[in-house]
Amino acid sequence: MRPDDIRRRISGRAIPLSGNDIDTDRIIPARFLKSITFEGLEAHVFEDDRRQMPDHPFNQPRHQGATILLVGQNFGCGSSREHAPEALRRWGIRGIVGESFAEIFFGNCTAIGLPCLALNSGDLARLNKFVAQHPDHEIVLDLEDRVVRFDTRNVPALLSDGARNQLLIGTWNATGVLLEAENEIDRVARSLPYVTGY
Amino acid sequence: MAETLLDKVWQAHTVRTLPSGQTQLFIGLHLIHEVTSPQAFQMLREAGLKVRFPGRTFATIDHIVPTASQARPFADAMAEEMAVHLARNCNEFDIPFFDLDSERQGIVHVIGPELGITQPGMTVACGDSHTSTHGALGALAFGIGTSQVRDVLATQCLAMTKPKLRQIRVEGKPARGVYAKDVILTIIRRLGVNGGVGYAYEYAGSAIEVMSMEERLTICNMSIEGGARVGYVNPDETTFEYLKDRPFAPTGEAFNRAVAWWKSMATDPGAAFDDVVRLDAASIEPMLTWGINPGQSIGVTEPIPDSSNAPDADRIAWSEALAFMSLEPGRTIAGTPIDVAFIGSCTNGRLSDLRAAAEVVRGRKIAKGLRALVVPGSQAVARTAEAEGLHELFLTAGFEWRKAGCSLCLGMNEDKLTGRELCAASSNRNFKGRMGSPIGRTLLMSPAMVAAAAIRGQIVDVREMLP
Ligand code: SF4
Repeated sequence: MRPDDIRRRISGRAIPLSGNDIDTDRIIPARFLKSITFEGLEAHVFEDDRRQMPDHPFNQPRHQGATILLVGQNFGCGSSREHAPEALRRWGIRGIVGESFAEIFFGNCTAIGLPCLALNSGDLARLNKFVAQHPDHEIVLDLEDRVVRFDTRNVPALLSDGARNQLLIGTWNATGVLLEAENEIDRVARSLPYVTGY
Repeated sequence: MAETLLDKVWQAHTVRTLPSGQTQLFIGLHLIHEVTSPQAFQMLREAGLKVRFPGRTFATIDHIVPTASQARPFADAMAEEMAVHLARNCNEFDIPFFDLDSERQGIVHVIGPELGITQPGMTVACGDSHTSTHGALGALAFGIGTSQVRDVLATQCLAMTKPKLRQIRVEGKPARGVYAKDVILTIIRRLGVNGGVGYAYEYAGSAIEVMSMEERLTICNMSIEGGARVGYVNPDETTFEYLKDRPFAPTGEAFNRAVAWWKSMATDPGAAFDDVVRLDAASIEPMLTWGINPGQSIGVTEPIPDSSNAPDADRIAWSEALAFMSLEPGRTIAGTPIDVAFIGSCTNGRLSDLRAAAEVVRGRKIAKGLRALVVPGSQAVARTAEAEGLHELFLTAGFEWRKAGCSLCLGMNEDKLTGRELCAASSNRNFKGRMGSPIGRTLLMSPAMVAAAAIRGQIVDVREMLP
């Protein structure tokens, strides 16, 4: 792991996105998946929503350059496309704060070094209110202490131990760590009847 | 101590505990397709890595393939490039690939079970959220992202956190005209689209036990629509009978030894669960969605909901969904006119699905002005259906009989909705824009319900139309 793989504290302006159960087809519609790379995905993030809602947060000039995305419940449900977190990351998002996240999406975010922190609904509402009133103030995601700082507050955030540790020690790109266990991998493979041939 | 299948399979595949606290889990079967794998192969190349166990990965092509003419090169240059890349990657890394010219090609979640590649007690991963499908055979099957596809290619392992386990017991006998699709839609409606986050679902109870393998595949397929990444049914005689003589299943004495091991991996009597939910199959009626997620569903005799009656937390979402769908609250959903009918997908594109639809269609014609597609889930499904004459029955009724692929289930190939079209679909997602038109609309239901809607040109209770 390289030093810039370490995710300890992330700060920046926030961009609030209301609504629950926002699926990955909305984050990046399937027609933009027709590519063999992730390049250029940022141009199409929330494309259909942005066309249908001219005042969509991602269209608003005041939110350009924001790095922290605020969402509701079950954000990123639906397909497993890593194109969704990639599109957000390439747009400039560096951390996501919400009430809850769909599981595959959460894992995909973590796997590209994009932390997703969960707040309880009261704290999330206070954070949204603060951002609405002070769109140019920075907020801070502290992964080490598992808190989100805004205004003068420190509110507790939920981040599973596994994801937190991967982000803090910079092993969210898991390949290297997984490869360390060469011999144990072979041992397990040899112990499975369907691998050895029943 | 009594253990669950989740405990046993997890234990058998644990390589070690990682520094992060997660488990390094060995993945016994890896399936790939053209959409989520090219970037993973690229990452592999950039890191100078090889595929660790090339024989444990299988590839197929399904999402982008045209289902009308499959002449190469495809009319869509980008689709052609993806197809070429997959073939090249499989060739370079020595991965078996069921390409269009192989009679084994089909939707990844249809061919895994059908070829007997998916077996009980396995861990399965695929860069596709509906990988949960494979749990129907008693495997733990995870949908993963592209970085994880890279991890499996390079190491045959994933860094995973063990989920909690909820048993969903469906007891009793569903009425005629009620199918596996109606059961899973009812489960998702009841537990919510995020009710399963952090859980694996074990489906059990008398209604599940008597289900065929194909019905179980439909149930497990949509686990992810309820937020559960993994769903499974314990392996039993139905499972073993299904696997017997499949191309990749063990044969002879090895099959008997396999059955013994498969049996040993099933949940023990008396095992404990983090949660148990019970459902009465007899109380379920034909279901369909009215909104923009698979949890927004009702029985066909129910009125379209009114957002003023919604639970507080859902009120805004319900009114947005109703506005998007242009459905009028208070009216029964039966009678809603449709523009397109789609029978297919990894949820309901298998032989038994086509047979159930055919039972409704036989001797009838589809409504005027309607576009109706039957898209088999695999070439094998197509072959068997054609041998039974099902294609002629559909063609005579006015349906199009297409080639195997994902088709209208998602807007990545030539099959798409246009404008505001409303589609009665046997697939699994009614998300905004899912079928290729940003403002197109989807109503999810069983294949028999789709067939009935195609005949009448509007939503109808399939029970009125069964012979
Ligand atoms: S049929 Fe639909 S849900 Fe299934 S794999 Fe294809 S696109 Fe995904």
